[in-house]
Amino acid sequence: MFSAKNMKLLTSPFGVNNPITVQILGICSALAVTAKLKPAFVMALSVTVVTAFASLIISLIRNGIPSRIRIIVQLVVIAALVILVDQVLKAYVYDVSKQLSVFVGLIITNCIIMGRIEAFALGNKPWPSFLDGIGNGVGYGIILIILGFFRELLGAGTLWGYPVLEKLGLYHVGYVNNGLMILPPMALICVGLIIWIQRSRNKNLIEK
Amino acid sequence: MENIISIFIKSIFIDNMVFAFFFGMCSFIAVSKSVKTAMGLGAAVTFVMVTTVPLNYLLNEYILSPGALGWINPAYGVGGAQEVDLSFLSFILFIAVIASFVQLVEMVVEKFAPALYNQLGIFLPLIAVNCAIMGGSLFMQERAYASAGEATAFAAGSGIGWWLAIILLAAIREKITYSNVPAPLKGVGITFILTGLMGIAFMTFMGIQL
Repeated sequence: MFSAKNMKLLTSPFGVNNPITVQILGICSALAVTAKLKPAFVMALSVTVVTAFASLIISLIRNGIPSRIRIIVQLVVIAALVILVDQVLKAYVYDVSKQLSVFVGLIITNCIIMGRIEAFALGNKPWPSFLDGIGNGVGYGIILIILGFFRELLGAGTLWGYPVLEKLGLYHVGYVNNGLMILPPMALICVGLIIWIQRSRNKNLIEK
Repeated sequence: MENIISIFIKSIFIDNMVFAFFFGMCSFIAVSKSVKTAMGLGAAVTFVMVTTVPLNYLLNEYILSPGALGWINPAYGVGGAQEVDLSFLSFILFIAVIASFVQLVEMVVEKFAPALYNQLGIFLPLIAVNCAIMGGSLFMQERAYASAGEATAFAAGSGIGWWLAIILLAAIREKITYSNVPAPLKGVGITFILTGLMGIAFMTFMGIQL
């Protein structure tokens, strides 16, 4: 069940094979939902669930899908899972669901899910595919949470809605929030910086 | 008419798909290495967007939104059709329309214009999973445009905005290959930072009132 090979599938997307910084998949949502920590966390959780189960289901039926129409079959499976996630979010965390707005629907076209199905689940057994899905979802989540943490802390001075910087009394000594951190362009630059840090620590990832 | 023009201009510059909402980032980063391929992909995305958004608009208007089934005549023995709310089905129907449309376009192009088909290659099927297209349909639903004309203007504007953005980025990337970029930033890293800087430039359009 948890052999060395399977564990590698699960943990390599956390770092050396990270979906966002190395495979460059699923960037749209990673940038758009990370202005605050809470939506970033909810999004990471939803994507992990959808990726894991979509990989599992496609892997179970992989021998019965004609390759010409496989994209439509994959999209139907993914869309059904996303509808489930959307309904659950609307029922239990309505405010976050409102903040995420169209980005819940856009999980369907999140390249991580399609990418992992095409690259892995179509050619492997269900259990490794499931682990691969969870691994990539969590790897995506790690980057989202790092981005959400810094953007919310530096941009709004809060964490998970709690006014951290105000309690620390930084505003009394003249600290001002950096409004640019909340705006869209800064998300791109932050991802660029994360890639820079990761690649200077791991020279194997540097592009020629 | 004025309304339609202002929606069109607004979705090209102010609500640009790439710089304001990050839609279609994956292919935006991956396919922007040369201006020529960027041009082909931009054209294909614009075409699929302009065709699928109005289709999904009609679906939303006459089948999905709450009370949309009111056109079914009660005389057919289907009572209470006005109260049905099928909006939870919109994701699956929208993506089905987009995926089947892309498949259809692929077959038609392959049959009647083989040269163009070879030029576009792998990009054609990949348009189905371009977030910009799905995002266009979802925004159309969320913003509730008043007519099919407005929805089409929005689709055309967003498509052209995306096209413009990918050509601009591809041109910059062609030039930057001659620059001395720090090794760990080469390729993807510097592309992200470039896109961010372009986004800041595009933010200057935000002050325009339409």
